[in-house]
Amino acid sequence: MEERTPILEMRHVTKRFGNIIANDDVSLTLYPGEILALLGENGSGKTTLMNILSGIYYPDEGQIFVEGKEVSISSPKDSFDLKIGMIHQHFKLVDVMSVTENIVLGLPGKLDLKQAAADIRAICERYGFEVDPDEKIYNLSVSQKQTVEIVKVLFRGANILILDEPTAVLTPQEAVKLFAILRNMKEAGHAIIIITHKMHEVMDISDRVAILRKGRYITSFVTTETTAQELTDNMVGRAVSLNIERPEPVDPKDRLFIQGLTVKNEEGVYKLRDVSFTARSGEILGIAGIAGSGQRELLEAIAGLQPVEYGIINYIDDDGTPESLLKKTPVEIQAMGVSLSFVPEDRLGMGLVGNMDLSENMMLRSYREGHSIFTNRRDPAALARQVVEELEVSTPSINTAVRKLSGGNVQKVLVGREIASAPTVLLTAYAVRGLDINASYTIYNLINRQKAAGVAIVFVGEDLDVLVELCDRILVLCDGRVSGIVDGKTADKNEIGMMMTHVGGAHEG
Amino acid sequence: MKADAKKKEPLIHITRRKDVSLLRSIVIRAAAIVLALIVCALVTTFLTGENPIDVFGTILSGAFGTPRKMWVLGQEMAILLCVSLALAPAFKMKFWNLGGEGQILMGGLAAAACMILLGSKVESGAMPQWLLILIMVVASIGAGALWAFIPAFFKAKWGTNETLFTLMMNYVATQLVAYFVILWEVPKGAGKIGIINQSSEAGWLPVIGDYKYLLNIIVVLVLTVGMYVYLKYSKQGYELSVVGESERTANYVGINVKKVIIRTMLISGAICGVAGLLLVGGTDHTVTTTISAGRGFTAVMVAWLAKFNPLGMIFTTFLLVLLSRGANEISTVFSLNKSFGDILTGIILFFIIGSEFFINYQIHFRKSHKPEAAAAVPAEDPHKEALEQILRDAETAAQSVSKEETK
Repeated sequence: MEERTPILEMRHVTKRFGNIIANDDVSLTLYPGEILALLGENGSGKTTLMNILSGIYYPDEGQIFVEGKEVSISSPKDSFDLKIGMIHQHFKLVDVMSVTENIVLGLPGKLDLKQAAADIRAICERYGFEVDPDEKIYNLSVSQKQTVEIVKVLFRGANILILDEPTAVLTPQEAVKLFAILRNMKEAGHAIIIITHKMHEVMDISDRVAILRKGRYITSFVTTETTAQELTDNMVGRAVSLNIERPEPVDPKDRLFIQGLTVKNEEGVYKLRDVSFTARSGEILGIAGIAGSGQRELLEAIAGLQPVEYGIINYIDDDGTPESLLKKTPVEIQAMGVSLSFVPEDRLGMGLVGNMDLSENMMLRSYREGHSIFTNRRDPAALARQVVEELEVSTPSINTAVRKLSGGNVQKVLVGREIASAPTVLLTAYAVRGLDINASYTIYNLINRQKAAGVAIVFVGEDLDVLVELCDRILVLCDGRVSGIVDGKTADKNEIGMMMTHVGGAHEG
Repeated sequence: MKADAKKKEPLIHITRRKDVSLLRSIVIRAAAIVLALIVCALVTTFLTGENPIDVFGTILSGAFGTPRKMWVLGQEMAILLCVSLALAPAFKMKFWNLGGEGQILMGGLAAAACMILLGSKVESGAMPQWLLILIMVVASIGAGALWAFIPAFFKAKWGTNETLFTLMMNYVATQLVAYFVILWEVPKGAGKIGIINQSSEAGWLPVIGDYKYLLNIIVVLVLTVGMYVYLKYSKQGYELSVVGESERTANYVGINVKKVIIRTMLISGAICGVAGLLLVGGTDHTVTTTISAGRGFTAVMVAWLAKFNPLGMIFTTFLLVLLSRGANEISTVFSLNKSFGDILTGIILFFIIGSEFFINYQIHFRKSHKPEAAAAVPAEDPHKEALEQILRDAETAAQSVSKEETK
């Protein structure tokens, strides 16, 4: 490996924001025809480092070499000129334009859409992309949009590709397809840097792994010579257990009874059809399914945020009397004395207000209390301090705007607030999405503590490994229908995967 | 590698500042004003040949020169501040109420209508003066609120664009006033109403002592404190900021977004109505189509500059009124075109608004290049412990920065 010339080399790169050091003396080497996984916890400086390569930030110190020559990347254009292409987590496409138009957008020279479309087809054929150059972006699925982003950077001649958490938005099947394409590109001599939190993907796709911790480069491994455990330990900086606990449910009682739940979205499309299940106290009910199979609608319908066509949603008291939550607003549900907490998937857009501080975000749930026309600010501030202390939220103060916190800390604030009201039902959607290993385990522990306290938990997840380890029972959704409920202890990942696509599901589609 | 040391580093690059201290932001703003004054001085000297110190002096004497000028300054500030207060809650809710003009006009028109239609009853003694004033207060507030309610209702119910809607409502209000001016013109054919109830002073708001404008100033000061408390400490104020930040979050915690939109706009319109009342009943005692004099729009700037903080708006109002009064004065004293005052106002505003950039971003200039520094291996840091701590604090912040940038 030593005799090869690196296609990209970063030497002693340091980037500060004010007196905060995001990257501290980081050196990184990338060889042609290899896939390098960049691993690190949230806030370890991965994204900053990649933004330096793509010309969004300029480093304070250090040098960058491309193909042996020292370069200066002061704008995204410089980055393009050096054949570096970055595929961001959030796509930057114009919805009403076609694939071809998006790809040639901003390119200098004469506009020849026909020639461009032909070139795009050639690229697609070469690497195995499935996308029609004439299709409009708004007609494309998320994974197709990602494909367009990749084709875009290839079309512009990039031979160093950087992908920031590309699988976060993909189904397992789509991820497999993406990896096949990445391997094709690698064969063609492209060098690829991929950022991901999912350890099995790292092991699956990469040739080498570089680890960042707290802004510093720690070490790198050849993937075939290491293990997920070793990588995790290096990433976190100490030995961590990768096992999720699953304590036995204590005295489970029926708590939430759902029958025949049917929901249509605003366009009149059925999102849920005839969904029935029971959630029990002291138990974690997992919800598995391909993204968009009705998970969000299910939780929102229970929480009173989604109009229901028909069906039954009953909350069952400790003494066994059912109370209907159907067609009740969140405030009415609260007024009934039902303590229902909901950790939505969109943390900053729904669960919290990004521009408000921790204390004000705690107030969201409690500000109505009391008859005064003025808000009580003392109790939320005390709660914020308590959450910061108990959940070890890393924040400068409780007066810091929530959007300034890292993903893991944002989620701790949200979960902390939702469990503060001592709920009897806790709904969580993708509770660990985007969180690093450490933060994820903190969240699993919190959820398990609620389970021990007798809370009925509905846990919508995407990582089947986690669902199978954490949940007592798993309900599998497919296209808005229940395709089966399996026992967590005996569940098989492949079986669940089949049920998600309805093959071998317990019910007929 | 030696040859590569001559790489081109960009002359400047810009990064977003992390937390900005209050002191730093005040220093930057102060520097902006000083710079603005210097540029104004240069422009003045080059264009007119006048001594810039004299010009500045005239601006100040135009605003503060005589007790009467100071009272006018206070009155102008009061009315502009009143309208800005009205816009603050709507803007904080991200409801772009550009209908201040119309809401003021409707408030003023309602007050004038009461004075004209009920004035004779006060003259004949059939109705006490206080009752007429009470009716005027209710009518003005109601009319302003109604003018704001209509676009708010459409926005809440059908999601119409409030910017265009409120803007259009201004024209409707102007035409309505124009219609009634002709209906009630005195004498016939004059095309204007003239002073209403000049002899009986029916419906004229009371004058405190000998100070014609004092009542207006007091009313607006009370409103300022009230609005500050409302936005900062009341449950309704909290609700409207949540709606402004994220409607989905508001729905999630069970806030009735439609209700909040309509309620907030009723308050916004009502306060504009008060501004109309103060103008018609308190100072002008007549109504014209130009009675609001563009304050519905100037107030947008006042509110933005103060970031919707009512106490901050006192200063931004002061600044804008001072500049416009001063501009009038220099145009007469130096017999310059009135536009010259506007040029100076523009320069000063440019610097003040531009200073926001320097508060939020930092500019780095190219450093002198040290050829060997980059290759040197950093020595073991004796303060490693302390550094580790800093890094731990840094990780959260760094993450949020990169997030923000990618957005």
